[in-house]
Amino acid sequence: MKEVFVRLDRCLGCKSCEMACAVEHSAGKSLISAISDKPGPVRRVYVEMAEGQKMPLVCRHCEDAPCVAVCRTGGMHQDAVTGIVDRNQENCVGCWMCAMVCPYGVIGRHTEVRMAVKCDRCKNLDIPACVAACPTGTLIFATQQEFVEMMRKEAALRIAREAKGLAKA
Amino acid sequence: MAKDVRDRSIDPASREMLDVCQRAGLETAWDRYEKQQPQCGFGELGLCCRNCNMGPCRIDPFGEGATKGVCGATADIIVARNLLRSIAAGASAHSDHARDVAHTFRAVAMGEAPSYSIKDQAKLERLMAEYGVDTQIALADAIMAQFGKQDGPLQFTRRAPAKRLELWKKLGIEPRGIDREIVECMHRTHIGVDNDYVSLILQGLRTGLADGWGGSMIATELQDVLFGTPTPTFSEANLGVLEPNQVNVIVHGHEPLLSEMIVAAAADPEMVELAKKQGAVGINVAGMCCTGNEVLMRHGVPVAGNFLQQELAVATGAVDAMVVDVQCVMPALGALAGCFHTKFISTSPKAKFPGAVHMEFHEETALETAKSIVSAAVQNYKNRNPAKIHIPKEKSKCMVGFSVETIVGALGGTLDPLIGAIKSGAVRGIGAVVGCNNPKIVHDYGHINMVKELIKKDVLVLTTGCNAQACAKAGLLLPEAADLAGEGLRGVCKALGIPPVLHMGSCVDISRILTAAAAVANALGVDISDLPAAGAAPEWMSEKAVAIGAYVVGSGVYTVLGTVPQVLGSSAVAGLLTAGAKDVVGACFAVEPDPFKAAALMIDHIDSQRKKLGL
Repeated sequence: MKEVFVRLDRCLGCKSCEMACAVEHSAGKSLISAISDKPGPVRRVYVEMAEGQKMPLVCRHCEDAPCVAVCRTGGMHQDAVTGIVDRNQENCVGCWMCAMVCPYGVIGRHTEVRMAVKCDRCKNLDIPACVAACPTGTLIFATQQEFVEMMRKEAALRIAREAKGLAKA
Repeated sequence: MAKDVRDRSIDPASREMLDVCQRAGLETAWDRYEKQQPQCGFGELGLCCRNCNMGPCRIDPFGEGATKGVCGATADIIVARNLLRSIAAGASAHSDHARDVAHTFRAVAMGEAPSYSIKDQAKLERLMAEYGVDTQIALADAIMAQFGKQDGPLQFTRRAPAKRLELWKKLGIEPRGIDREIVECMHRTHIGVDNDYVSLILQGLRTGLADGWGGSMIATELQDVLFGTPTPTFSEANLGVLEPNQVNVIVHGHEPLLSEMIVAAAADPEMVELAKKQGAVGINVAGMCCTGNEVLMRHGVPVAGNFLQQELAVATGAVDAMVVDVQCVMPALGALAGCFHTKFISTSPKAKFPGAVHMEFHEETALETAKSIVSAAVQNYKNRNPAKIHIPKEKSKCMVGFSVETIVGALGGTLDPLIGAIKSGAVRGIGAVVGCNNPKIVHDYGHINMVKELIKKDVLVLTTGCNAQACAKAGLLLPEAADLAGEGLRGVCKALGIPPVLHMGSCVDISRILTAAAAVANALGVDISDLPAAGAAPEWMSEKAVAIGAYVVGSGVYTVLGTVPQVLGSSAVAGLLTAGAKDVVGACFAVEPDPFKAAALMIDHIDSQRKKLGL
């Protein structure tokens, strides 16, 4: 199953992911129409800053997700096959238990309605909007195996280059 | 995005070359545009401010995040400031071009520019009378003074109808001096100066007017004096004008100062002889962008293409020298020319490019420089790689050279026949269709479809810039194209032997359209905003186009844009431009990427104007 991974060293803080996310979750799905939507669309991905590092945070769709475990109305649920944690609009009463237990703080609020809003991993798209919008390749949509393989190859390249440099010196 | 690269353009020659480029792995603007996707939403909406180092700041368009920059600037302020800076840049480009022409004109008056002379004495005398001076040097000084004036008025604004002048005065947007307005834009947009979006936009209009009725008009008029006022002439357009057996020199950019000399140098028997020695049968100068329009209008020099064809021309492998001056020259040309034998030659002290040979041009030694450039092209002919040559066959005939003087001449010395045709309804109205190419719109699709739609509905089209070249390639600049026009317009065109689409020149020559609009309005005793006329820029992209938009709307002409300007982040600014301005200057913008719908908007406007005039 593909997930959204983050290469932390690449983020420039442009917030393109945030904007693309909001637009994708708007009625017209285009920036031009979303700009005049009332209420405005809400993003599900957040670029934070900590220790000088820009940090895009998006729902990890945890196994045995705490937000699902604490939800008393069945509003928050996890798909048994895909593992995607999503919120059922009708059942959500806005008690914010999910927001309290989410270790990443990525459960937001609808602009007008008392209702949780979170990443649904853009189920209708091949690639989630935030990943498609990322200009630096910070956000990656891949399986865990693909992602770590990519990271391993990058590490191997880096180590090989360093080793060569050392040999020359 | 188009799956087949051919679908990036509707122009057959460009489609063919796009295919060639793809097979050869040559990168073009369209590829780079794709690599830029998705483009930054903050930039698209005009919500990013980099004007001070507390920033960069950006406003969350959906109101969840920051609604103000560090200084407190809101979306309205940031969007208006960014727009004002674009207008300032565009007005600078036109006006600095004009400054160079004025310098050359003064040098000619002083006898310091032997390569140039006065080609239109009658216009020179008309201008002297207009400026109230008796000598050429006094005219040159008076025109140079327009740039540094502190309190106006700019002389050419006096051509505008009295009602318009009065309105500008009342709104406080009558331009005071060309440079002053531009400098004031930069001052106002500095942190902590003008923070009222209405005030910022009014300054934008004033700066635009300093361009249209100042810089651009000076460039047009003095170029006519120095190189001749265009008269109707026939030529050809599209990549097929490149010759397999001749030395091909493309002049690209915007100023005629050098290209005029290149045309002269290429006709020099000594140069032709040199070319023959190299095995070529002659020297073929072809134009590109507005430098192309300048020499096309005055000498019938064939035009190789419009803005998005500059790389495609080099990719033919048959361009021996790509000679550029200023504006709209892609820095990508250096690397691309490096894939071929093509010499990429930069000539302006203001414009240098990676991968270019710099052969700097100065007015005192203009012809000598032009000769050495042509000679470099000739020497390069033998370096062509026949395996890489691919020249599309397509080229179309075109009739060009419609200055205001020519149009009045064609009408028999007065505007009355045109006004009569407008009154009778044979000509429903006037559409000024101008502007660039932009990979956001399928190349030439916006231009051609809009123009065809307008003439079909009896709207006489005045064109300049890249639109004019698109029309030339599509055969719309021929008297025969009248067959595509509605019955009324067809009759008028056939009677006068003119095309339904009149090529009025380069982008600074939009000032010709202003002069024409003012003359028609004056003849009818109304303001420009009362005319059954509309403007459009179906494929615009440059900051110059933003400045043009400001002066066209500021002059009272309803204008439809084919690509979305970077202002939607502020509903207040967008609302002012697309509606509110109507109550202020009698005209506003509309945005419509679909050329058919855009033409319909223009026609609706023309019809409502006709009704108001009781026609």
